[in-house]
Parts: sequence; structure tokens; C-alpha cells
Amino acid sequence: MPRSVKKGPFIDEKLLRKVEMMNARNERTVIRTWARASTISPEFVGHTIAVHNGNKFIPVFVSENMVGHKLGEFAPTRLFRGHGGKLADKRSRI
Amino acid sequence: MARIAGVDLPRSKRIEVALTYVYGLGRTRARRILEATGIDPNLRTHELSDEDASLLRREIEQNHKVEGALRTEVSMNIKRLMDIGCYRGLRHRRGLPVRGQRTHTNARTKKGPRRAIAGKKKAPKK
Repeated sequence: MPRSVKKGPFIDEKLLRKVEMMNARNERTVIRTWARASTISPEFVGHTIAVHNGNKFIPVFVSENMVGHKLGEFAPTRLFRGHGGKLADKRSRI
Repeated sequence: MARIAGVDLPRSKRIEVALTYVYGLGRTRARRILEATGIDPNLRTHELSDEDASLLRREIEQNHKVEGALRTEVSMNIKRLMDIGCYRGLRHRRGLPVRGQRTHTNARTKKGPRRAIAGKKKAPKK
């Protein structure tokens, strides 16, 4: 179910404040954040945001198309290396 | 015969049903179109007059996105997801379900027919 329109999109306030400060000063630095649930607002476009994936920070360069998505969508939390292959074969023989 | 949006409609079906042969039109839209044009949904396709057909054609052209244009829109939407590198795009790239369904079992519609896994033994019969 989508979020209530009355509330508006969820944008992490601290992150938004930092981005707006950078916009005002015309700066471009990478911001680290854990706010994966935060919606990408139009102010973020052109910035690089390092989104935590539970292990490390994944740098995400925000483009116009990404507005409206959540930051977490761009930092996958799972790494699937595939089943089988020689490596898996050796491991199973031990 | 009754060719609408580049699709030949089946001649002997009720027009309400025949319209659903167009990609992008289901029963709901078919009914709305017939309501807007004032054509009886129970008429068979071959019973339509030429004016009716052109009325339908105009209505669909003006108010509905169908066939090629709709297909392009859908594939552009998917392509956008893949290009921005978001989770849904990654799932599309890998041909796995996009909306959080389980993949341990099932998901055969997206994954296609089962592929045999080398060295996997079949369960012995009792």
C-alpha cells in the first residue's frame, strides 16, 4: 500500500538539510548516509550520496530519473555469486 | 473488414469482446469506448456500419494508448529502471520476479522452464 499523500514523501530531514547547505554553497562532496528509506527529492540531483548497504557505503550518483525512488534501491544488500561451478564442487567434497 | 488500430477484429464476436483483441483494451475500456460512442455492445463485429467503425477508430485514436505506442511505453519504463541501476531494474536484467515474490520455488513464469542442475541426484523411490 502506498504512503498517504497527506504526509508527503518521506525524506530524511538531516540529509535534506545537508544537501541544501551544499546547494547553497555550490559544493559537491560525498555524503554518507544510512537513510535507505529516504525518497530522493529533486534537490539531490547531481550529488553523490554514499548509501549504506549493511556492510559498506555504495556511492550513488543521483540523476534526474532517480527522483521519486528510495536511496536504498540503489545499494543492493545481497550479493549472489551463483550456484555450482568448480568452487562449489570442491567445497562440497570436503 | 473491421480493422482497428492495426488489428483485425474477429467478425462473429460481440463488439464488446472483439475490442479486447486490441492490445491495451480489456473489457472495462471496451465498455467505456462503446458508451462514449453510443454503440450497442451486443452488436456483432460484422453488423457494424462503416460509420460505427470509423467512430470507434476515432475514439480509440484520441483517447487511448494502444498497440505499438503502448508497447513502447511499457518497454521504455522497464528500460528506465534498468538504466538507473535500481533494484527493480536489476531484477528485470536477471529475469527474476520484480515485486518481492519468492524464488526458492515457483517464479517459473519469469524464470522460464526448469534447467537441470549437473550432479543433482533424484530422490529415490520408496
